[in-house]
Amino acid sequence: MTTMTGTTATAAAVGTGHTRVEGRAKVTGAARYAGEIPFAELAHGWLVLSTIARGRIRSVESGPVMSMPGILAVLHHGNAPRVTTDYTGLLGRPDPTVAVFQHDRVPCAGWPVALVVAETSEQAREAAAALVVRYDDEPHDVAFSAGRPGTYTPESSPRLQAETRKGDVEAELAASAVVVDAEYTTPEEHHTSLEPHAAMAHWDGGRLEVVDSNQGSRWVAEDLAQLFSLDPASVRVRSEHVGGAFGSKGVRPHQVCAVMAATVLHRPVRVVLTRRQMFSLVGYRSPTAQRVRLGADADGRLRAVDHQAQNLTSTVHEFVERSAAYGRVMYDADAHHTVDRVVALDVPTPTWMRAPGEAPGSFALESALDELAEKCGMDPIALRERNEPDRGPVSGLPFSSRNLLACFREGARRFGWADRDPRPGLRREGRWLLGTGTAAATFPSGVAPSTAAVTAEADGTFTVRITAADVGTGARTALTLIAADALHVAPEHIRMRIADSDFGQAMVAGGSMGTRSWAWAITTAAGELRERLALGGGIPPEGITVRSDTTEAVGALAMRERHSFGAQFAEVAVDVSSGEVRVRRMLGIFAAGRIVNPLTARSQFIGGMTWGLSMALHEEAVRDQASGALVGADLAGYHFAANADVPLIEADWVDDTDNDDPIGIKGIGEIGIVGAAAAIANAVWHATGVRHRHLPIRPDRVLLAVGGTGGAG
Amino acid sequence: MAHSTAGVITLTVNGEKHTLPVDHRTTLLDALRERLDLTGTKKGCDLGQCGACTVLLDGRRAVSCLQLAVAAEGREITTIEGVSDGERLHPVQQAFLDLDGYQCGYCTPGQICSAIAVIEEHAAGWPSAATADVRPEAGPPPLTADEIRERMSGNLCRCGAYVSIVQAVAQAADAEGAA
Ligand code: FES
Ligand code: FES
Repeated sequence: MTTMTGTTATAAAVGTGHTRVEGRAKVTGAARYAGEIPFAELAHGWLVLSTIARGRIRSVESGPVMSMPGILAVLHHGNAPRVTTDYTGLLGRPDPTVAVFQHDRVPCAGWPVALVVAETSEQAREAAAALVVRYDDEPHDVAFSAGRPGTYTPESSPRLQAETRKGDVEAELAASAVVVDAEYTTPEEHHTSLEPHAAMAHWDGGRLEVVDSNQGSRWVAEDLAQLFSLDPASVRVRSEHVGGAFGSKGVRPHQVCAVMAATVLHRPVRVVLTRRQMFSLVGYRSPTAQRVRLGADADGRLRAVDHQAQNLTSTVHEFVERSAAYGRVMYDADAHHTVDRVVALDVPTPTWMRAPGEAPGSFALESALDELAEKCGMDPIALRERNEPDRGPVSGLPFSSRNLLACFREGARRFGWADRDPRPGLRREGRWLLGTGTAAATFPSGVAPSTAAVTAEADGTFTVRITAADVGTGARTALTLIAADALHVAPEHIRMRIADSDFGQAMVAGGSMGTRSWAWAITTAAGELRERLALGGGIPPEGITVRSDTTEAVGALAMRERHSFGAQFAEVAVDVSSGEVRVRRMLGIFAAGRIVNPLTARSQFIGGMTWGLSMALHEEAVRDQASGALVGADLAGYHFAANADVPLIEADWVDDTDNDDPIGIKGIGEIGIVGAAAAIANAVWHATGVRHRHLPIRPDRVLLAVGGTGGAG
Repeated sequence: MAHSTAGVITLTVNGEKHTLPVDHRTTLLDALRERLDLTGTKKGCDLGQCGACTVLLDGRRAVSCLQLAVAAEGREITTIEGVSDGERLHPVQQAFLDLDGYQCGYCTPGQICSAIAVIEEHAAGWPSAATADVRPEAGPPPLTADEIRERMSGNLCRCGAYVSIVQAVAQAADAEGAA
């Protein structure tokens, strides 16, 4: 296997803006998503979820429902096909939540207890509403708070450490001239991809075919094979268009239900989650309670960084939101301590959600840095400059590239930071108090083994096959440009086929690793194909195909701190008489490796920053202690930023080359949200003189803080 | 299917008449998607909260998940599949494509249908909550970014494409004004 360098002398599709290759299909409505592909004899499944938060199912009274018109089956723990969760999949041990209908235990509100299948969705929905399920209710506990009983430190793995220590934090804090010690909280947040999860399953000549909406068709196919004890080669999963995912579209109950029903009924079955069902079935971001202690000399040099974070998980699966991991790469200090703790409650299992760990972790640490800057009487950017490390502060490893300060310099210039009066609460415009804030951002740049196949067709075009996923990121277009450059042809000559598990093993769209991992596999195969074609000889009718597998090359990558960095800026207006906070403008400058498609990359960054705004001011799922369920689990009760909430947001980037990476891409899906909420909270302090350490910064919190001195909430 | 809950209706969609039997509970959205195979209209919530299912009813925007199909008889229904002029995209579609006014594309048909109506509502002088002077004699307010943001806020975009959606609507409005 050869490793090609990413750029070539003759071609330059990469680096110039290209509209999305599937763009026309998306603006005309022709693009079909998972729930939109017609099938003959299609039956419709509708889930029934538990109304209690803990207990046992005493009975599922399916008799009366079975005689309703059009009803084909009611699956529940008493009659559903058996599955196993005793395996380790592509992304680890499965969350037992996907093993639906296997026992009578109910571990949380909104747990699947039955699937009604009918000829039409109206019939299935009516029967699902009519189905009586009786329970033996048990007391539940969903109360999350810092340090509550049951909190523990999860076990570390070599890749994911729950706790890290360097030096003596207590001694350094004691020796510090300036200390910040503050607690921050972030609420439960939901992905709420606009397209609800949908899957259609059917058996076709001994093969299980699944049309799905997911972040990795190979991942889902392999997990379904494991769950149902099938030969992996007999499962095919496709996911052509995906209406948003953000971490929620992995293996989920809807695929498992569709496969079960298709198996029992011997006909195609589609299961679409309702908006309300999504709030308990597809994961979410855990609430966090975080304490940050910073100790510094009077000139701002950090002596100690202590970041202790806590999140919750379910009683059936451990998921850790790694908020404290954020600081391990950010700032130099003589002593470092970071730990992520967790407590298991009677709630659904949380999962990865856009910048898992970094999003809430950066809110706490980047807010604390701003508090330290205030106490030291320093500019917040100067404080970050003073503590810029030349190696990983905890790991001691060199950075592959680190251009954080370049981001701050460019951002400060464009935002007009130099003119800023650092004193809070001084700028008034009518009923509004105005302020500006900044924060840093980072996100790991990872890569995982992938395979690709590139075919030179007899007509002079090329076909690329890779189990990539385009969840709205623009990956399909980015990979087209990568392939075009690697093959020295124009993008129009590339046919990019993705999201079909039959194309082989590949990284999922997650962890900002997708495009980097897939591009590596495509570039490798394309390079070999060019060498093959250079030997001359014609192309046979079936074309010439070269396959690649990057396992070895990825494994040979030197150990480095590999990350994207960014600088976030925000200007806010706060009306302290109504409590309203308006973001007036945001600017993000990123150092995120090679930018493949500037048009769609900008959309990605801005989309992430929009999430940051939404996190800062709007998003909050409220869990009712009495029922254990969410209050108002829909898009009215769970508000994320609407158009009128979002001002002009600008995103741009600085050069960020990484010479020892053959691809040079770092991944841009997540860093846009990191630090954005802190920049807004810091701007609210600058406007009002009040620290908001609890998200979201709701009007009632702003009002309560009026007249307060140190902080809100 | 029990007879009391079903009937045969005729819907006029994108200028074509379709006669179909429906369950009376069928929403216009489900009739379009499941019965007429017009899946360009999206279902994001089925609760009237997201705008993904926006279509034009007699030229005005409406969320089709809150309309029963039986109540849409006799009305001119326009969906995303019917807004372009053959192969030529509608100026709003073209602007969304050129300015990347989307990411996953799932909110996009609803955004585009909404935007087409917004431009017409604005041209007809309808004020919005962002309009400073709402006296009829003041005439249509300038279609500023704030006007567009306010008028487009019934269409949620979880990908966070609002910045380029606003730019796309402004560009399309300009193009139409010039035409
Ligand atoms: S699907 Fe109709 S408003 Fe959301
Ligand atoms: S483009 Fe994905 S929801 Fe708007």
